[in-house]
Amino acid sequence: MTENLNQIWVFIEQSNNKPSDVSLELLSKGRKLADKTKGSLVAIIIGENVKAIAVESFKYGVNETVIVQHPSLKFYRTIPYSRILIDLVKKFEPRIFLFGATIIGRDIAPRVASATKSGLTADCTDLQIADVTYLNRKHDNLLLQIRPAFGGNIIATIITPETQTQMATVREGVMEKHFVEKPFPEKITEVNFTPQEIDEAVEIIEQFLEESKVNLKAAPIIVAGGYGLSNKENFKLIYELARTLGGEVAGSRAAVDAGFVPSERQVGQTGITVRPKLYIAVGISGAIQHRAGMQDANKIIAINTDPDAPIFQVAHYGIVGDATDVIPKLIDAYKNKLK
Amino acid sequence: MYNSIVLVKQVPDTANISGTVMKDDGTVNRSKLPAIFNHEDKVALELALQLKDKFGGKVTAITMGPPRATDVLRECLFMGADEVYLVTDRKFAGADTLATSFVLSEAIKKIGDFDFIFAGRQAIDGDTAQVGPQTAEKLDLPQISYVEQVIDLKEKSVTIKKKIDGGHEILKAKLPVLLTVIKEAANPRPFSAKKVMAFKGAKSLTELEAMTEGNSLLYIDKLVHEFQSRNLFIKTLTSDDLKLDLEKCGIKGSPTKVYKIESVILAGGNQTKIENSKKGISQLVDKLMEDRIFG
Repeated sequence: MTENLNQIWVFIEQSNNKPSDVSLELLSKGRKLADKTKGSLVAIIIGENVKAIAVESFKYGVNETVIVQHPSLKFYRTIPYSRILIDLVKKFEPRIFLFGATIIGRDIAPRVASATKSGLTADCTDLQIADVTYLNRKHDNLLLQIRPAFGGNIIATIITPETQTQMATVREGVMEKHFVEKPFPEKITEVNFTPQEIDEAVEIIEQFLEESKVNLKAAPIIVAGGYGLSNKENFKLIYELARTLGGEVAGSRAAVDAGFVPSERQVGQTGITVRPKLYIAVGISGAIQHRAGMQDANKIIAINTDPDAPIFQVAHYGIVGDATDVIPKLIDAYKNKLK
Repeated sequence: MYNSIVLVKQVPDTANISGTVMKDDGTVNRSKLPAIFNHEDKVALELALQLKDKFGGKVTAITMGPPRATDVLRECLFMGADEVYLVTDRKFAGADTLATSFVLSEAIKKIGDFDFIFAGRQAIDGDTAQVGPQTAEKLDLPQISYVEQVIDLKEKSVTIKKKIDGGHEILKAKLPVLLTVIKEAANPRPFSAKKVMAFKGAKSLTELEAMTEGNSLLYIDKLVHEFQSRNLFIKTLTSDDLKLDLEKCGIKGSPTKVYKIESVILAGGNQTKIENSKKGISQLVDKLMEDRIFG
C-alpha cells in the first residue's frame, strides 16, 4: 500500500459478503473529508472472499482498497480481526480511521484504539474537518467528532489533537451514501494473513440471523407510538393508521420497553435514525433521545394530550388530544379524501 | 470455583430527566442529576454472583471514580460481593476511556487471580462501550461484548449467547475472558437485608478521614485498624499504590479532548396548531395532500 500519512480509512463491515449500509455511508462521508484534507480514502475489508466488495467500494470514491482474506475470517471475531487492524494501523499510521457504530464496530474499534494509543470517539452523528487552535497550539485539518453525550442532553465536539490516528465510530443512518460520478481506477491491495493460536480463544458455535422484515429507514411515512398510548390495545390504532397511510409502524423506547412494539421498530438514540417524508408521533413526549432519531423528518405531526410535551417543539403540526380520539378522525378524513 | 472481577461505575441518572433538573434556558443542570449505580454494571455483578452461587469462588468489585463513588461499592457489598476496591486519585480526573482502561487494567493486575472480568456494556453518562474492550486489550485477554446469557461453564471454557447486528451468536471462550453484558443478561438481585445491616457502616479511607476532621479524639490509623478488624474497611488504590506512569493517567493520558459542548436547547419551532376537530384534521389532510406528503 502507498505510504502516505494523510489517509482516511474506513473499515468495511460485511456479512455473507455484503457490505453493511453504514460502511458505505462512511465511504461517502470519508470521500468528502478526504477532499477537504487533500488526503486519500482507503477501504479496509476483512473476510473470506471479499474481492467483489472491494470492486464495489470504488463506486463510493475510494482511492485504494485493502483486503485481507482467509477462510477463518469468514465471520467476525474480535481477536483475529482486531489483530489485523492493529498491525495495519501501526504500519501505515492513517490520519483518520472510521467505523460504523454497530455491535461489531463498537467491539473492534476500542481494541484497535487501545493497542495503538489512538483517540477514539464513539457514536458520532457528524464529522467535520477544521483548523483548530487548542491550548495555544494550531492544528491543521483536525477531525471534529461530533456526538450527543449525557443521554443526549448535550452535543459534544471531541478532538484528538496529539495522536496520529483519529478514530471514530459513526451511527448508522446519519450520513448519506451515494455513488461518485468518476470513480478512481481500481487499486486493490491484498495483505496476507497468518492464523495464530490466540485467534481460537473464542470460537463461534452457532449464529442466528433474524432477517428483519422491517425497513424503517426506507419508509416514506412512519407512524410512531409512545408510552402515552397506555396499552397494547390502544397501540393497535398506530398499526391501523400506518396501514391506512401506507406507512411503517415505529415506537419510542418507552413503548418498546412496555412491550407495545418490538425493539426492531425503535426510533431514537438507542434505536434507528430515520428521515421519512412524514413522521407522526403519537403519545410520545419527545425526550431528547427520541428526537435524536427523528427530528430530520421532512414533516412531523405530533399528537399528545399534554400541550407542553417537548415533541411539539420539533413538530410542524401539533394536535392536542387523545390518540383514541384523534387517530380515528385522521383515518376518516384521509379515507374521505380518497373517495 | 471461579473468581470474578466486576467493573462498576457510578453515573449521573441521565435517563430520567425530570423538570427539577432543567434550567430556565431549557438545558439540563447536570450537577443536579442523582448519582446511581450504572444498571448494566449491576447486571454484570449479578452474573458474577450467579456463578459464585453455582460454582463457588470470589467476587471482587472495582470502581474508578471520585471518593463519593464508594456508594456503589457499598451497594455491591449489599448484593453479595466479597471484596470491593475504590480506585481513586486526583490524578485520574478527566480520564477518557483509554486512560480509564489503563488504570483499571493496572488495578486488575494488582488484584489478580480471576477467571472472569465482568462489566456493563456501557455506562449511561458516556454510552461509549469502550472501557470493556480497551481493558481486555490491555490485559491481552479475549473479550465478548453484548453478552445476553451465560449458557454453560465447564472447566476452563464458557459458552455465551451474545447479541450481534441482526441476530444472536453462540460463542465458546477459553478462560480467562472479559465479558460486557447487556440488560437482558440478568435481573439484579435486591439488596440482602442481612448484608445491608452488616455493611452499611463500611467506609473508605477518605470517608474515615472526614470523620476525624474536627474530632481530635479520633486518630486515623486507629480508626482504619478498627474498621479493618470489623471487615468494614473499603480498600483504596491510588496511583502510588499501583505505581502508575502518570503520563498515562487522567487528562494527561487521554488523547480525546472535549473541544466544545453545546447544550441541546428545546427551542420553539414553527409549529402549526391543528384543532382537534373533524374540520381541523380534515384541513390538515388537505394540506398534506397538496404538499404531496401523502401518497
